[in-house]
Amino acid sequence: MSITRTAEREAPIEHHGAGLVAAAISDTMAVAGRNLIALRRVPQLIVFSTIQPVIFVLLFRYVFGGAVGPAVLRDYPGIPYVDFLIPGVFVQTATFGALGAAIGLATDMKSGLLERFRSLPMARSAVLAGRTLADLARNVFVTALMAVVGFLVGFRVHTNPFSFLCGILLLLLFGYVLSWIFATVGLAVGDPETAQAAAFPILAPLVFASSAFVPVSSMPGWLQPFANHQPVSVTATAVRDLMIGPPIGGGTTSAVLQSVGWCVALLLVFAPLAVQRYRRAV
Amino acid sequence: MIGGMANAAIRVEGLKKRFGTLAALDGVDFEVPPATVFGLLGPNGAGKTTAVRILATILRPDAGRAEVLGLDVVRNASRVRYRIGLAGQYAAVDPNLTGRENLRLIGRLGQLPRSVIPPRADDLLERFELADAGDRPVRTYSGGMRRRLDVAASLVSRPPVLFLDEPTTGLDLQSRNELWRTIRELVEGGTTVLLTTQYLEEADRLADRIAVVDGGHVIANDTPAQLKSRLGSTVIEVGLEDEQQARHAAGLLSPLIPGDPEVEGTILRLKSNDGSRILIDALRALDGEDMTPVSLTVREPSLDDVFLTLTGRHAEAVEPEAPMLAPTGRGGRP
Repeated sequence: MSITRTAEREAPIEHHGAGLVAAAISDTMAVAGRNLIALRRVPQLIVFSTIQPVIFVLLFRYVFGGAVGPAVLRDYPGIPYVDFLIPGVFVQTATFGALGAAIGLATDMKSGLLERFRSLPMARSAVLAGRTLADLARNVFVTALMAVVGFLVGFRVHTNPFSFLCGILLLLLFGYVLSWIFATVGLAVGDPETAQAAAFPILAPLVFASSAFVPVSSMPGWLQPFANHQPVSVTATAVRDLMIGPPIGGGTTSAVLQSVGWCVALLLVFAPLAVQRYRRAV
Repeated sequence: MIGGMANAAIRVEGLKKRFGTLAALDGVDFEVPPATVFGLLGPNGAGKTTAVRILATILRPDAGRAEVLGLDVVRNASRVRYRIGLAGQYAAVDPNLTGRENLRLIGRLGQLPRSVIPPRADDLLERFELADAGDRPVRTYSGGMRRRLDVAASLVSRPPVLFLDEPTTGLDLQSRNELWRTIRELVEGGTTVLLTTQYLEEADRLADRIAVVDGGHVIANDTPAQLKSRLGSTVIEVGLEDEQQARHAAGLLSPLIPGDPEVEGTILRLKSNDGSRILIDALRALDGEDMTPVSLTVREPSLDDVFLTLTGRHAEAVEPEAPMLAPTGRGGRP
């Protein structure tokens, strides 16, 4: 290969063997970069991923904060509502943020962009891996923003910085898993408006019938079994345990293990489902 | 004709694809020699896009075989993808990226060497007259600009085989002529182009060979000259008072042209290679019988005329929700 004609050097590089892995990573980064550009340029997405979470922090802190007193928080003696609340808002925001994967992929499917991607010599995995990676990057940014706002309105960590960081990591893991679930929804539906309509009825009960905003013990008895064990609730409790410590009679490990268990199980189910959907989607 | 050509750039044999109860392709065969343009001509729902999608490795056929540059599109799909470009019916570009970013993304995902991508993107923006808009998000582009960008994106990796699925739908005249010129240049440079279109004029201007597709079948496969010789280069439509007059006029004008005039309701249709001569003779003959046409149209043959001649019926879309706009009356075009 000492003499290479210009035309050959300018042609696509066909990857084989180990080169395929490097190419797949490069493709994933390219797709993720493309999705992150959209986040910066589409006004609705900027509002959705920055202003809305901040509004939620402020609203819950100042509107509901006064109504939720020590009686409701009896399992968390001496803990102000803002400290109980902020970890829940983190989880709520990550959960609703996952909608972006459904809307984004449904839009790409409808616009024919996925079709073009499928005709390109790019890694088959890159569209989904890139999408979920972009969502993860967005969640890092949104969580950092909310943490700053949270600290400004009085949130304090009661454990230690290491536990707090573990809480953030768990939150990001949960958001990543949700991206795969909603990627599946988006590809199955294939239309952004329908994707949004289909996702909301799933999300609302998971977020609100959960420990994100109030302790499950304050809910009616028939709702408690669901609210105690569903993934959003378990994760909100786990993140809270890591940031402000467990409630009376609870240990940190149990909720964290349950949350990680949910994440692994959901990822094992939905990553293959999303990939299968992608293969069939045109 | 199966396996007839030694070095076909595209080869399709007995291709079948079914969507539910609809046979989108029902045994399609054709071959395309390298560095030529092959036109798939047919109405909406004829199966053109399905054929392109299979060749572009997006869909798998139910039966039959398709090869691009000797590579099977199912078994060697990943190798085929390095060698093809696709511009679809709708502009498949990212509205949130700029034109330049779109082309660079496609270059990167097309596995071009990094250093080649930026100049290539700039060249294409220049060539498709998008240089000024190159740094604006595509959602600010007009429909025509988006389509031009879509075609540009299919050329980023300079593929030896190019699939253009109705590339000029929605383009203004100038953009269309520009694109036709680009396609001719590409073919002169050795690119093989498979083009689908609903416009006989487009297939005629560009294609070395045209396959007319209807209901998943190829109903004619010929050179444009041969295809048109069956049609006549000019279509004259004479509208008369009533059906009886139309039939009478048909008898009267029959000696003027080879074959018989087509009568459809009150409309009489004459096809000829010597349009102006026939027009004068026809009007003279009608005038001699004191018949005055209520309408008169002189135009080039359309896809609809091809269908009438080949199948005895009008070109119709298969999907009932997407009625075909019969591209008639294109005679006024330069």
